[in-house]
Amino acid sequence: MDWGALHTVLGGVNKHSTSIGKIWLTVLFIFRIMILVVAAEKVWGDEQDDFVCNTLQPGCRNVCYDHFFPISHIRLWALQLIFVSTPALLVAMHVAYRRHEKKRQFRKGDQKCEFKDIEEIRKQRFRIEGSLWWTYTSSIFFRLIFEAVFMYAFYFMYDGFRMPRLMKCNAWPCPNTVDCFVSRPTEKTVFTIFMIAVSSICILLNVAELCYLLTKFFLRRSKKAGNSKQQPNHENKEETKQNEMNELISDSCQNTVIGFSS
Amino acid sequence: MSWAFLRDLLSGVNKYSTGIGRIWVAVVFMFRLLVYVAAAENIWKHEHDEFECNTKQPGCENVCFDHFFPVSHIRLWALQLIMVSTPSLLVVFHLAYRENREKHHNQKLYKNPGKIDGGLLCTYLISLILKTGLEIVFLVLFYKLYNGFKIPRLVKCDIKPCPNSVDCYISKPTEKMIFLYFLVATSCLCIVLNLGELSYLIFKYSMKCYLKRHVKKQQ
Repeated sequence: MDWGALHTVLGGVNKHSTSIGKIWLTVLFIFRIMILVVAAEKVWGDEQDDFVCNTLQPGCRNVCYDHFFPISHIRLWALQLIFVSTPALLVAMHVAYRRHEKKRQFRKGDQKCEFKDIEEIRKQRFRIEGSLWWTYTSSIFFRLIFEAVFMYAFYFMYDGFRMPRLMKCNAWPCPNTVDCFVSRPTEKTVFTIFMIAVSSICILLNVAELCYLLTKFFLRRSKKAGNSKQQPNHENKEETKQNEMNELISDSCQNTVIGFSS
Repeated sequence: MSWAFLRDLLSGVNKYSTGIGRIWVAVVFMFRLLVYVAAAENIWKHEHDEFECNTKQPGCENVCFDHFFPVSHIRLWALQLIMVSTPSLLVVFHLAYRENREKHHNQKLYKNPGKIDGGLLCTYLISLILKTGLEIVFLVLFYKLYNGFKIPRLVKCDIKPCPNSVDCYISKPTEKMIFLYFLVATSCLCIVLNLGELSYLIFKYSMKCYLKRHVKKQQ
């Protein structure tokens, strides 16, 4: 179980995402998870071993390290990535539920079936509309919340995004005030700024995706309202056409030929 | 042999679970297994090396570490994950038994072998009860072994060969405590999900039985 398994799960959701969603996923995996695993973990690998305090007092180093780093940057990023990826599971579950319903309909031999076999149902790409739209939009909203919360937690815990070279510590059992030196502060600052920048890009992508979905939703609604206002006289003709199409669909389903979608 | 085995096992069970069961699998994967592998393991990696006592007495550090950490948090966490996922094997075995029976008799004995009814329902309910029980047992174990879920910065140790009372310092206590609370929270969430699923199944099948009897009486 590792980040690869997460990639498998989220890759499945990718099929049903918008284009912006696909870009977000790519940014997440290449610029955040991969960088975390391949580079950042090594930079923070020796963080406590190489955290040196100017004292021989046993325990002082441990206590000072714990005081300045209540939770390590690397663990905070790992948690952030896990929490930010989780809302996509909501979409995955909703899609799986829809597929399950379609399979049930197919097995019952429902006349509304549009598929030749179960394989097609498995491969089908669902459009983001109806209840799936709400699930998708809530997942983006939660993603945004989690990103913002973690960025704020980072800023709050470490007083900004810079890693200082020297920290002055006077927690017990350190005698008086002791100088403690952080290992690789510049490299850590560079990676911190990089991760914050990519986090901000992900936030922007999520906001853009949210706006796109909302715009699409309102446009669709106004189109529907416009259509129903413009053509009240043609309603009968439309109904007759729809009836004919429905008959054709049910005939083709009965003959197990691929029907055309309404 | 690694956590991938557990992942595959749980994915297999997922197919025959209820909706709440699938949420439980997702919580176990994302918030427990992934957090354990990606974050928690590394915090406890050098816990013994970084455990420091204010003494030069050889053997004192070893003895004190052993006294305060009879079983490391991270090992208990791993054991908990394994034990809690294992009752799902009961369901897998029962399904395999059903499929074997059908093959053996060369005829369709069950309308839908994967549907949770009859004997499989009892197995599923037993697995839920076991899962919940094991979660509670491990939480109580954590609480009893470590006197609550707090990890102090300093512990005082006076076991031989330590001379008198010696100050020993635990490494990264705050970070460990944060992850311990995370573990407890996800454990409690899983207990709630299991109990929810148990109630849902009992309610669903008692309603089914009641309606069947009602229909029979009417007939």
